Amino acid sequence: MMEFDYSQGSLVVYIRGDIDHHTAKKIREEADMLLVQLAPEKLILDLNDVSFMDSSGLGLVLGRYKKAKAAGIDFLVTNCDRRIIQIFEMAGIERIISIEERITNK
Amino acid sequence: MKKRENILETKFPSLSRNESLARSLVSAFIMQSDPTVSELSDIKCAVSEAVTNSIVHGYKEQSGTIYMRIESSSDRIIKIEIRDKGCGIENIETAMQPLYTSDPEGERSGMGFTVMETFCDKVRVVSKKGKGTKVVLIKKLSPKEL
Repeated sequence: MMEFDYSQGSLVVYIRGDIDHHTAKKIREEADMLLVQLAPEKLILDLNDVSFMDSSGLGLVLGRYKKAKAAGIDFLVTNCDRRIIQIFEMAGIERIISIEERITNK
Repeated sequence: MKKRENILETKFPSLSRNESLARSLVSAFIMQSDPTVSELSDIKCAVSEAVTNSIVHGYKEQSGTIYMRIESSSDRIIKIEIRDKGCGIENIETAMQPLYTSDPEGERSGMGFTVMETFCDKVRVVSKKGKGTKVVLIKKLSPKEL
């Protein structure tokens, strides 16, 4: 499930609930549609309300990063908890993608 | 001597919505052993990877049945078997390499087995081409505080 907020060229996509192979497909389709419709300058994926993520989340984030990069859009993943960061680090994607850890405890 | 404490055997169709069902079943079972939050998250994630592999790779998103068996023992070892009768893995060693995916178009990250190996104490994969795949996940829970 996702919601979004668009202002001054920045598109923030808030992903909620579980990110697995089942949910990733819908999130991917909706996010890609927004990218086409709004043509933002910056795309921010906000993972604050993600309750679970497996490696399908890696595919989702990498896929959006590639799309954004190809279109010259800045890309950022924000509000990740420790476990999500751990999964990103397994694939080493924090070396190519800007990833911000969640600061406050939920 | 270790003694089996509890066991759950189930099967479900290879529908992607059953990835969360498998996680919920495993969670409910493991909760009886009073795991830490981190141990529970580790196991849920590893199970999600194995079930997703059966759906995406084993059955290639076609209909099939996934068999899951969870066992807990008195020495706090959790053993989970996830089995399918799908296409099997041709080369297990290659499939288990980080970032390897047989389906790059599908936005799979190729990290499923790496996640399983990171979050479990032991991962065993048995597969036969055309017959199916069995993944065995072993997780040792930390001792209970008295």
